[in-house]
Amino acid sequence: MDLQPIHSPPTTFIKKYVFSTDHKVIARQFLWAGLLFLAIGGGLGMLIRWAWGFPGEAVPVIGDLILPHSNGVIGPSTYNGIFTSHGLIMIFFAITPMMIGSFGNLCIPLAIGARDMAFPTLNMLSFWTFVIALLCVLASFFVPMGTAAAGWTTYPPLSTQIGTPGLGQTFMVLAIFFTGSATIMGGVNYVTTVMRLRAPGMTYMRMPLTIWGQWLTAILNVLFVPVLAAAAIMLIMDRHFGTEFFIAGANGPGDPILFQHLFWIFGHPEVYILILPAWGFAGDLLSYFSRKPAYWYKGQVWAMCAVTVLSAIVYGHHMFLTGMNPLLGQSFMLLTLIISVPAELLFLNWLHTMWKGSIRLTTPMIFTLGMVFVFGLGGLTGIFLGTISTDIYLHDTMFVVGHFHYTMAAAAFLATMGAIYFWFPKFYGCQMNEAIGKIHAWLSIIFITLLFGGQMVVGFSGQNRRLWNPFEYTFLEHLTELNLLTTYAAFALGISQLLFVWNFMEGVFSKRTCGNNPWEVGTLEWELSSPPPVHNFTTIPTVLRGPHEYANPEVRRTLGRDWISQTEELPSQPAGTGGADSGAAPAGGDSADGAADGDAAASDEPAAEVAGG
Amino acid sequence: MSAEAAAAHDHHHHHAPRQEDYPVDPHYGQATGGKLGMWVFLLSDALTFAGFLLGYAIARGGTKPWIPEGLPELGINFTACLTFLLICSSVTMVLAFQAATERNKQETLKYLGLTIFGGFLFLCGQYKEYFGFELLGSLVANFHADWGAWLAMGLTDEGLFFGTLGGSEYSAYGSTFYMITAFHGMHVLTGVGYLIVIFIRTYMGKYDDGNTNHIEICGLFWHFVDLVWILVFTFVYLIPE
Ligand code: HEM
Ligand SMILES: [Cu+2]
Repeated sequence: MDLQPIHSPPTTFIKKYVFSTDHKVIARQFLWAGLLFLAIGGGLGMLIRWAWGFPGEAVPVIGDLILPHSNGVIGPSTYNGIFTSHGLIMIFFAITPMMIGSFGNLCIPLAIGARDMAFPTLNMLSFWTFVIALLCVLASFFVPMGTAAAGWTTYPPLSTQIGTPGLGQTFMVLAIFFTGSATIMGGVNYVTTVMRLRAPGMTYMRMPLTIWGQWLTAILNVLFVPVLAAAAIMLIMDRHFGTEFFIAGANGPGDPILFQHLFWIFGHPEVYILILPAWGFAGDLLSYFSRKPAYWYKGQVWAMCAVTVLSAIVYGHHMFLTGMNPLLGQSFMLLTLIISVPAELLFLNWLHTMWKGSIRLTTPMIFTLGMVFVFGLGGLTGIFLGTISTDIYLHDTMFVVGHFHYTMAAAAFLATMGAIYFWFPKFYGCQMNEAIGKIHAWLSIIFITLLFGGQMVVGFSGQNRRLWNPFEYTFLEHLTELNLLTTYAAFALGISQLLFVWNFMEGVFSKRTCGNNPWEVGTLEWELSSPPPVHNFTTIPTVLRGPHEYANPEVRRTLGRDWISQTEELPSQPAGTGGADSGAAPAGGDSADGAADGDAAASDEPAAEVAGG
Repeated sequence: MSAEAAAAHDHHHHHAPRQEDYPVDPHYGQATGGKLGMWVFLLSDALTFAGFLLGYAIARGGTKPWIPEGLPELGINFTACLTFLLICSSVTMVLAFQAATERNKQETLKYLGLTIFGGFLFLCGQYKEYFGFELLGSLVANFHADWGAWLAMGLTDEGLFFGTLGGSEYSAYGSTFYMITAFHGMHVLTGVGYLIVIFIRTYMGKYDDGNTNHIEICGLFWHFVDLVWILVFTFVYLIPE
């Protein structure tokens, strides 16, 4: 059954590191690209905070360098460019490549027991298309009138020639188009790989939750990014070919609200695109580091599926204030509030997973706990935004900004950091420094909570989003100090990331090694060397059970440890099952029902054992 | 089950293992990675069209009158012929695949060739619809004045443009028309290129072992292009003012 090709390792530098088709190399490429743009986007974010903390004052240290024409002072139009490019970079060019591009690529083949993606060449093309997008982003900063300035949502008429005549906006829209194409290529690959290349015995219900998250994300990507691509093409036409699809009123016969529809048809799934992988990480890591099976694994899977489906039909909640038909508004409100049910269900399952576990507070675990915490805050505040009567007040305030930063920025950021620490051995063959990692984790969690909490509170007090100098308005003057404190939190967060930079670089270049399985985890990637060989699996493994087999008394009795890998056979079968020692069909429980058995083994059997013992 | 099935699958693998040699999957049977991948891509592509068509629908709903004074109407008769042509090329595609499964290389090549020809004619038709064949028209005019004039005439000659190209006034009617049909035309062009590759590979004997997977996948794409055209034709041409 060993039929996936084993290619001989590439020998030339170009084949090995540049135009590589190895999913692990592509994962590293996406990781580096994402981290680089995370730094750029983070720097832009700190500039926004500077503008609010010290309005009208010159940016210290680098001010003259980046804003030579204004002696380092952030003027209104510069400010527009900064917050716009911050949002776009963070979403499309930092979090997406890291969480999906990098971890999707690294984890999917390794954890389902495949030798590579289904379409390795397409995978490579996806990365290099993404690089074209990155070049467009960078170019946008160096053209007259600067980068895009119409907000990350790119609403017309601001995003047409009327609002942003510079070439920078065009470059950014092109970047969105290219990265969208890259995402679709990746999505096709991920969806197919999960469907087609799971090792024997790796039923859907035995996949790690990480893979579920990546798979559902890929499905959403494949379905909804094309809608954004269509909108981007139409916008470019409006900007440069004289069409007026989105230009209304005295300026044209088009309809700007049409763009909002297209954008949010994509945009709401997009926010789940960015959280589903994080949910997947959390479901797995909480189990791994609580040394307990993930609580109600199937419930978590179905909850994630439910969110995926629902996310496609709630987008109208971003447009409550566009004057939509109240009946339609109410429907979107109902659907939106329904989506918090599966979200809540996941949350409760995470808590239950940890309940009475033997928690190991490793760096990945601390980050995951942080993610659970901030996601809780963000999810709860979503309910106020999803309710029309409160959203009328909160819409377009910093409260929305706080909400989506808790859910999308903070949760995704913390989850991704946790994932980097966790899978680092599979990237670079060793563990990062745990002591520094823990300090990094705690500082990140504390400052990120303060930062976005501060935004939320000022928003609740009425501060609108996207104001260059909020304190020009007398009713916001009293928020000056709170904004200043938030700015300090932002800078503290930024500075604490230096710990990560050092830790990461040290790990990349160190000669340290770690065993195959430093975290004592049972999924397939941890049976391979760190980092794994080019072809991953010399023989494709046969999977016997789910991914979270911890604290099983039978395993402890026979193997003397609290975990067992997904492929390991127990040395002696528990009494009563009969001599199931048949070499012919080790994967007897290969069917979908087998998964149910696996599940039961994880939760029921130990209890029975304990009772029996 | 999968162990045996995969073992059964084992015997007809030669040289380097290929995509279609992956173990049989209990959920997807024999569907190869390539085929699943194409389906996923087509779903994605369908949503791109959906985005454009939604834009068209909203633009059309909000513009009265839809066809501004002085602009030509779309020629339904001619395009109906093109539609029929595309449907025929779908039929020949099916026949090509059928012949391939019967390992009849001659027939496969014949029907693939016909499919390519159909796609090519469609592209010519679209070119004529946009721009007209002036040279050909003037030649034909020597024999039949009306036909020659008709051949030489395209929608751009009658003043229908995309955006403000050609110095025209913007009309949502013209712009959505060109955007959607040109986007589809790019698909036909891609499809013809794809078919030519498959034709050459068939000719070179790449599928002589009876493995028709690539032909089938190419067929999926071609049928999709055909299906989408029927929707485009319905929405863009047929719905009356
Ligand atoms: C748990 C249930 C959630 C509910 C009920 C909810 C509801 C909402 C609503 C109604 C808005 C629109 C507010 C406005 O503009 O006035 C909004 C904005 C937003 N939400 Fe959520 N949300 C939830 C979870 C999430 C998650 C998980 C993410 C991301 C991972 C997210 C990301 C965003 C973003 C990015 C925006 C605003 C984008 C913008 O206008 O720039 N939300 N949310
Ligand atoms: Cu939303």
